[in-house]
This record gives sequence, C-alpha cells and structure tokens, in this order.
Amino acid sequence: MPLVEMRDVHKRFERDSQVVEVFANMTVTFEPGSFTALMGPSGSGKSTLLNLIAGLDRPSAGTVIVAGADVGTLNAARLAAWRARHIGFVFQAANLLPVLTAAQNVELPLLLTPLSRKERRERVAFALGIVGLQDRMDHRPRQLSGGQEQRVAIARAVVADPTLILLDEPTGQLDAKSSEEVLSLLRRLNDEFKKTIIMVTHDGHAAAKARTVLHLEKGVLVERQGATA
Amino acid sequence: MKFLPLVLANLGRHKLRSALTVLSVALALFLFASLRSVVTTLDASAQFGSATRMVVQNATGIVFPLPLSYASRLQATPGVEAVTWANWFGGQYGDGKRFFANFAVDPASYLAMYPEIAVPADQRAAFLQDRSSALIGSQLTRIFGWKLGQDVTLRGTIFPGDWTFTVRGIYTTTAKSIGEDALMFHYDYLDERTQHRVQPGWFVLRIADASQAPAVARRIDDDFRNSSAATKTGTEQAFQAGFVTMWGNVQFLMNSIGMAVVFAILLVTGNAMMMAARERTAEVGVLKTVGFADRTLFTLVIVEAGAIALAGAALGLGAATGLYGNGRFTFGGFLQGFRVTGATQVLGVGLAVLLAVASGIVPALRAARLPVVQALRKVE
Repeated sequence: MPLVEMRDVHKRFERDSQVVEVFANMTVTFEPGSFTALMGPSGSGKSTLLNLIAGLDRPSAGTVIVAGADVGTLNAARLAAWRARHIGFVFQAANLLPVLTAAQNVELPLLLTPLSRKERRERVAFALGIVGLQDRMDHRPRQLSGGQEQRVAIARAVVADPTLILLDEPTGQLDAKSSEEVLSLLRRLNDEFKKTIIMVTHDGHAAAKARTVLHLEKGVLVERQGATA
Repeated sequence: MKFLPLVLANLGRHKLRSALTVLSVALALFLFASLRSVVTTLDASAQFGSATRMVVQNATGIVFPLPLSYASRLQATPGVEAVTWANWFGGQYGDGKRFFANFAVDPASYLAMYPEIAVPADQRAAFLQDRSSALIGSQLTRIFGWKLGQDVTLRGTIFPGDWTFTVRGIYTTTAKSIGEDALMFHYDYLDERTQHRVQPGWFVLRIADASQAPAVARRIDDDFRNSSAATKTGTEQAFQAGFVTMWGNVQFLMNSIGMAVVFAILLVTGNAMMMAARERTAEVGVLKTVGFADRTLFTLVIVEAGAIALAGAALGLGAATGLYGNGRFTFGGFLQGFRVTGATQVLGVGLAVLLAVASGIVPALRAARLPVVQALRKVE
C-alpha cells in the first residue's frame, strides 16, 4: 500500500484575475521507505506538489492521501496535528528560529507532543547525534555554518519520527562539501532508519543519491525512473 | 509552560524594543495610578467627616465670614450639643513654596470637637494656656524641622505682617483625611492683633442625633435667613465635598487624561506588536509547517503581548504604590492621605490585561489566519 497517493490532482492559482494551472490530472504514488528526487525546471510545480503532500496547500480537485488520511478534507486544526505527527519538512534555507539554540529549534515539533521535558531532551540529543551536531546543542544558528544549520533543520524534521520527510531544495544554498554531508545524511536516514523521503532538487548530483527520480515539466510528469506512477 | 522558552526568546529578540515597550506601558500605568489616586483621595476627603458634625458657613460663600455672636445662638439651637469656630489664616513660611494649612481656632472647643486630633496632655495644656502659641501637625516637624518651644514666624497674606507663634503642641491624628501638616493658633490672638476686625470663617457643630442633621440644618438656616449674614448649614461631608467641587469636575478630568494616556500607549504597544509579528511572518510559516496549530500561534502572540503589558503594569503600578505608599506625597498638603488604593491597583492590572488583548489581538489573528503557503513565500 503506497504511503502517498495522489489521484487526479489539479492545482490552480489565481494571479491578477488570471487562472494559472500548475498541474492537472496528476496521479502518482510513493511507497513506504522510498527515497524520491523530484526534478524539473522552475515553475514546473515541484514545490506545489511537495506542499500538497505536506498539507500546506490544498488541491483544487482530486485527492491526496498520505499515511491513510485524505489531506484535502482535514480542517486546519486537524491538519496541523496531522502534520506534526506525520511530516518532517526541510526548506532550502534552514529557517531555524534565530533566537533559539540548535537544541531548542530541534525541540519545536516535540513541544506539540505529550513527551516530558526529559524525554524531549533525550530525543533532541538523539536527533542532533544523527546529524553529527550533538556538541553544538547550545549554539545559536548564527554560530553555525550553512551546512550545520541545514543539518539542524534535518534534525528538526526527523526528531518527532515522522512518517514522511519532505525536502525542498535542501542543498540549494550549500557548498559542495556541505551538500555532500547533507545528502549522505539523507541517504543514511533512508538506508538505516527506513525513512520515506521526497526531495525536490535542481541538482542532478543530489538527485543521484535518491533511489527514484521523477521529472516534472510544466506540471506534467514527463519522465520517471523507478517510481510507480 | 513548555512554550515559555519560545515566548521569552521572542521577547528577547529585540531587547531594546521590548524594554522600551515595557517602559512605555509602565509609564502609562504609573500616570494612570497617579491620576486616579488624585480622584480617590479627593473622594475620600469628601467622605471624611463625622456623622454628628455639621458646618455652618456664610450662604454667600466660604470666603465671607459670620459674626461671632452667632456662636451663642447656634449653641441654643435644639439638637446642637457643642459649637466651635475657625478662620482661615493663609500664612506662609519661608519662601512660601511649601503650602500648609494654617488657621485660627477657638482652642478648647475646637480640640473637644475633634477627638481625632491627639495631643499629649501637657502640650495640650501649654497650647491652651499660651495665647500666642501654635499647635502643629507632626509632619511639619519633619518638613520644616520645627520643635516644641520654637518660635515660628508666618508671613500673613490675608492679615498682613509677620506673625510669630511659639510651638507648644504637636498633634497626630487617627483619621487619614485630617492632615498632619496643619498649624492652628488662638482665634483670640488673631482677633486681638487685628483689633477685633476679624470674624469666624465657619462654625462647626456637634449634634446629638445624626438622623436629625437635615432638620437641624433647616432650623439654623431658617433662623438666620433675615440676619446680616445668612447661613448655609450642612454636614461635614458636604462641606468637604464642597471644597472638592471647587476644583471643578476633577474626576472627569483626571479619568479622561488617564484614559487618553492609556489609549496612546495602546497604540504604541500595538504598533510594536504588529512590527514584531510582521518581522516573524516567515517563522510563523515554519512553525505552521512543523505542526503548530493556528490556536497555538494565536495564544503565543497574546501571551507575548500579555507578558509585556503585565511587566509594564508591575513596574508602573509598583512604582506608584511604592512612591506614594509612605504618605509623604500630599502635593503641598492639598491631598492628605494620597496613596494608590487596592481598587486602583486592580483596575490598573485590568487595564494591562485589556492592553495586552487589544494590542495583541490583531497580530495574533494575523499569525493564526496567515495561510501557511503565503507565509512560506517569505521563506523562499
């Protein structure tokens, strides 16, 4: 049974009274434990697809079922709770809260759980350990390098043990060395912890780390390697 | 509680801005507490007065005197137990910058009329015996450093010349509304030095039955209606209230200024909260992506506004309470017992809560309602 199932999904935006159709009749599935790279030029709808899967946006038509929930039908409160439970999201920029330490940033998703303070600390330490930054717990974002910030963002995405990790250009602002560190980390999360990962990227080298690569052009899935669509 | 570090971190984001916002709220509530305390103090002084004491004044106005011969006629009025009289002197000491009440009284009957005024027996006897002596409130000893036996010279404003009195007694009082910064001296001494051209400014009566006050007042005013000086008789409370109303509609004025100040600060605080919220649009998007619900974000912004408002309230109300708490602020003797009441503190905290909600509601709603994709555009 697929973890993510998008059926006949349409997505339209209205801009200056003009309707822009991002994609139509999009049907695609993602299996549990898969690691998929989503490639395509700017404006092809990659990020929109990711937002729909994360429940950050709603489809204009069609259904998006993730981890058994029809995301498009959930109200705002349920969607937030669902997202906290099932989705770990990483942006192109790390988007850490500058006023919080690395540990406090990673702890954010856990504040929405009933875990005790001690349990939260243990989980944070574990997550920062996975990304190799256990010794930087008390550092603020401005005290970290770009690569380290992105690794903290990945720790924040995985700390609540979500069903699905979504990444939107995670290496887009990193140098080659930091990119490699992040990509290796993602591969490890998939190999070792069996995390399902969908990553939007422009970078062919980054995409090569995924098990499956999908190409989107102008909202149409035009090429695929290994995915079930 | 687990969100507290997040709230504190956000408050510490722009330390100077947070501190200035807290200080502006503190200043607003300090001013509010001060202005409202003027109203409550004036109200309290209007309430002051024994139920069995009445004041007789000239019907034309308090500045017009009454003949001393009225004393015996008042004493003879049915229902009246005792009579005393006094006259405003209006003298100044030193450079005259520190105002204090000073008036001529008929010493024995006056002290008998006001048992709230406590004087040690030996000093009382000395004051009664010495016609050129003065009885002073204990506060004047602190203000001017006056001592028992010292000669004190006042410069007369209504009655010209230098007037020297020997301090023979220092009184304290059990009633907060009676100031401890007044000076009293013998009416006879004033009468003698003015060559008997002085008359009492007002009479004070003690009546046997408080419930008969309206009847006694009517009887006295009827008796003197066709005399050389018609009278206006009322309870001591009404007499005090009359002084208060001489200030005009102080309550309205003070409350209006107080509310205007609070409203101005509401705009300042609201603006600061809006700026803080707008700067964090992207972060709101991130928090929503992490799974923070709209309600949680709404609450966090309101709590942040509340922390600023309550910190300001604690500072402003605390400062006002502390500053006025020792009773030394009487504004030149005009506001005896000036202090911040419990009701004013409660009202101040209520205003702070209102301020928090009013200044936080717009940014809180904005954070809660902001579509996550729109917020994230700031991220990309």
